[in-house]
Amino acid sequence: MKYQSQAVAKPYFIFALILFAGQILFGLILGLQYVVGDFLFPEIPFNVARMVHTNLLIVWLLFGFMGATYWLVPEEAQTELHSPLLAKVLFWVFAVAGTLTILGYLSVDYATLADLTYNNLLPTMGREFLEQPTITKIGIAVVAVGFLYNVGVTALKGRKTVVNIVLMTGLFGLVVLWLFAFYNPSNLTLDKYFWWFVVHLWVEGVWELIMGAILAYILIKLTGVDREVIEKWLYVIIAMALISGIIGTGHHFFWIGPPEYWLWLGSVFSALEPLPFFMMVLFAFNMVKRRRRNHPNKAALLWALGTSVMAFLGAGVWGFLHTLAPVNYYTHGSQITAAHGHMAFYGAYVMIVLTIISYAMPIMRGRPYGNSATAQAMEIWGFWLMTLSMVCITLFLTGAGVLQVWLQRMPDAGEALSFMATQDRIALFYWMRLVAGAFFMGGLVVYLGSFLIKGEAPEPALEGAAARA
Amino acid sequence: MAERFTKSMARNIYLGGSVFFVLLFLALTLDTQVRAMPERDNRELITEAVAKGKEVWEHNNCVGCHTIMGEGAYFAPELANVFDRRGGGDSATFRAYLGAWMKAMPTKVPGRRQMPQFNLTEKEVDALAAFLEWTSKIDDNNWPPNIEG
Repeated sequence: MKYQSQAVAKPYFIFALILFAGQILFGLILGLQYVVGDFLFPEIPFNVARMVHTNLLIVWLLFGFMGATYWLVPEEAQTELHSPLLAKVLFWVFAVAGTLTILGYLSVDYATLADLTYNNLLPTMGREFLEQPTITKIGIAVVAVGFLYNVGVTALKGRKTVVNIVLMTGLFGLVVLWLFAFYNPSNLTLDKYFWWFVVHLWVEGVWELIMGAILAYILIKLTGVDREVIEKWLYVIIAMALISGIIGTGHHFFWIGPPEYWLWLGSVFSALEPLPFFMMVLFAFNMVKRRRRNHPNKAALLWALGTSVMAFLGAGVWGFLHTLAPVNYYTHGSQITAAHGHMAFYGAYVMIVLTIISYAMPIMRGRPYGNSATAQAMEIWGFWLMTLSMVCITLFLTGAGVLQVWLQRMPDAGEALSFMATQDRIALFYWMRLVAGAFFMGGLVVYLGSFLIKGEAPEPALEGAAARA
Repeated sequence: MAERFTKSMARNIYLGGSVFFVLLFLALTLDTQVRAMPERDNRELITEAVAKGKEVWEHNNCVGCHTIMGEGAYFAPELANVFDRRGGGDSATFRAYLGAWMKAMPTKVPGRRQMPQFNLTEKEVDALAAFLEWTSKIDDNNWPPNIEG
């Protein structure tokens, strides 16, 4: 660890992983409710479990991004963090607020929670992914602004690398776009239009900047390739991300009210959205091929390569499958959307956070070259179990979705099966998805277990000086 | 990448490209919201009941199981067109249907998906019905493909 204050990242990473485990637990509950409809009813109805599942995902990824930022911004800027104390205080504020929100979801029914938190004063609740009570949303905004201030001052007082500039741009966008979460007009179409300013412009916009910056940092560290080369790639990738992704928002405007020209704009630009992810694959594999050192942390390198491939498959390929308007007319809001959502989030954002954790956590635990060979082997087992399980989840949901479209969407009115009749017919795919989900949980347990193994990777004999550089 | 393609060229594409597309997106948003939407969403028909109905919708996290215009959870049926599917496009029929449905929940059929009992007042059911009726009339490029949603 080059700067002591980088260590504030540690609690962020640990808490992120705890929430990750919670997210997967609730994912299994949901998977079971899909086939055993009354499982845990009325104690934990589907909508509550789903809120917990998706909100935990968003919150733990935010913890992961913050941890990544606290870790790499000081190192890139070559200076200590502006205020480690502020970082610690904000950690506890965010952790307590997040935990209370989840407990609120689980302990009272949603309407009561809305009343208890005075949702009527500034109604923002009850919209997908933005279910948090308004007070929690304000808390997230406050934490985010404090965080941005802290790392912003740090970045500005030190060396201004492209990695830091891109990361800060992404985080700034994340915070600004969050403000649209507070806009909730009575007009549903207006509400939906600007709701996408948070949801789409996060995951298909500024989050790609964050992902790109973290990936670039990791590749600099693991491959020793010249920073100039890596930064050029990073610029090209984020250029493509924003050029395709901003107007690509239009693929969400097809069927929620906006005019027909969005059918064309959304189709054309979102068809380009796989490009930045494809570039990330080329980038990661090229840099590894041209590496000037063999870093002993093999697990981190696997995560870095894995995230590029899985993000391309999940966000790129599975996104493209149903993004053209004539296709999306039939697939919109079906299990195909769910398939895409699962692999895209896992490939792009779960895996990039696990990449930086894999690299940074050993260093923070006094193992500068990575974990012991045994621990790395176990982590790599976790990688493959989780990743292959997610591939299966995606394939099974895709199967369910294709069948759903065939039975419920394609036939004419009189012939089409109803929603619930269709669900019964595709139950086998949901069972298989549940089994794959259980394997994912197994993979997560193996992954978390790898943290318990002691020992560290030895300093590479010949390359010691290079690996430290 | 070839040496002729320099880092500053890459940066300029990024900066120029993103500024251009942000501005284009804002211009399109302005056109969509100011020119096109008032005709497509019938906003003059958003009565107090419709607005109240959206609050009821949000207050009970309906989107946590259902989709509305294809967005939400995929556990329960699409509701942007439920006015046509269950009410046959008639306000009184739909209101009666929705009231009876909300009272009958949960069905408690073993193993079947269950909808909670939300204990809505008569006025809240009225509002929810008005909201779903208004929603069904938004011009959404003729989605969904058929009545089943």
